Amino acid sequence: MIYIFGFLVFGFLLTAIIGLFASWIDRKITARIQYRVGPPLLQPLIDIIKLLGKETLIPIGASKFVFLSAPIIGFTSVLLVSTLLWINNIYYDKSFLGDLIVVLYFLIIPSISIIMGGFVSKNPLASLGASREVKLVLSYELPFILVVLVAVIKSGYTYRLRDILDFQIRNGFIVRSWSGALALIVAIICMQAKLALVPFDIPEAETEIVGGPLIEYSGPGLAIYRLMKNMLMFTVPFFLIIVFIGGARLDGIYLLYGVLKYIGLVALMTVIRNTNPRVRIDQAVKFFWGPVTIIAIIAIILALLGR
Amino acid sequence: MNIKLKALLKSPWVFHLSTGSCNNCDIEILDCLTPRFDIERFGMLLAGSIKHADVLLITGSGNRKSIERLRRLYEQTPKPCLVVAVGECALSRGMFIDSYNCPLPIDKVIPVDVYIPGCPPKPEAIIAGVVRLIEKVKKSAAKK
Repeated sequence: MIYIFGFLVFGFLLTAIIGLFASWIDRKITARIQYRVGPPLLQPLIDIIKLLGKETLIPIGASKFVFLSAPIIGFTSVLLVSTLLWINNIYYDKSFLGDLIVVLYFLIIPSISIIMGGFVSKNPLASLGASREVKLVLSYELPFILVVLVAVIKSGYTYRLRDILDFQIRNGFIVRSWSGALALIVAIICMQAKLALVPFDIPEAETEIVGGPLIEYSGPGLAIYRLMKNMLMFTVPFFLIIVFIGGARLDGIYLLYGVLKYIGLVALMTVIRNTNPRVRIDQAVKFFWGPVTIIAIIAIILALLGR
Repeated sequence: MNIKLKALLKSPWVFHLSTGSCNNCDIEILDCLTPRFDIERFGMLLAGSIKHADVLLITGSGNRKSIERLRRLYEQTPKPCLVVAVGECALSRGMFIDSYNCPLPIDKVIPVDVYIPGCPPKPEAIIAGVVRLIEKVKKSAAKK
């Protein structure tokens, strides 16, 4: 029962509201950096409502079932991840062993749904974008899992998010140690790639392949993809906050701390996105498998040495 | 007015199509996105793909090759959609009115909602045209 409640209220409603708000913050900061005024507060919500009311076009020769189910698969997995994360923060005793692994798996599925949607669209640009997304997933997933291992090692080899949180409540945030700080830096770089923001927005490069995998989507399909991306803008930073910076709580002053941590991460993402050029896909793969993985391995060694 | 139309008017995404223009109108359209005018204030974005677009902005005189593409793009736009003709060429073929290559004005090919005259129109004129478009849609929705 508590799972259904958490699923509907926290997993869907709260996550969607915070995600839409985060995407507004992102667009507003981008506009202010470029000396513009920027969109009004409700703009992301209005975009979604508008897209829900438009016609759905299915390209000739595309598989109807896969084309229409791909956005729903990604959206559902984001819902499940955010529900798991909220339950770990609010109903402590309802979490289960191994939910860290479940969260890591479900965080890949939005990318996979974008890949499915791109390849099924029967459009050369969409296929190109989807194949770039495959390479990007392969490159950032390795360092991302390695740095999550740092938190696992630090908190005494537990695969339960609640135990990681408990460890941080007792012993201070993981990011305060040397290995934790290195891990958080790597995780922020990987988050940038996971959310397809600018230095790594190679799959949907608007100026080269005009939107990439989503090029053939219109109406409700596009609306679900956009909502999924906006909710990922909340879910992935929230995951990093839980694993490295001690989670969020809904009581008293801790609520303010949680909000500040989250807004700080979103602002950092936006500033990185606005001050960097896009890299090529081969540069991205080299970057993630070279320096980033080495830093992640150094962080793991430091964590094993207890620093 | 229903919520669908209201949301459409609050976030019209624009697809920009040149049917053989001299590029002046296109540069003026891009000017609308710059810090001085910033039409993202009103929720307008330049869409890269026609499947994402709500408003079709057409510039140019519509020559024989591009008229076919124009018709196909109009059919691909998810409805409800709106069409705006920008610049003298798109309105009346301008100085190419006697050309062998421009047989039809654009509004004989697809229905056009608003015309924005000028050669090229200023960014202010384009924004005023979009305001006219929104008022027109509101009025026609009120009549129904």
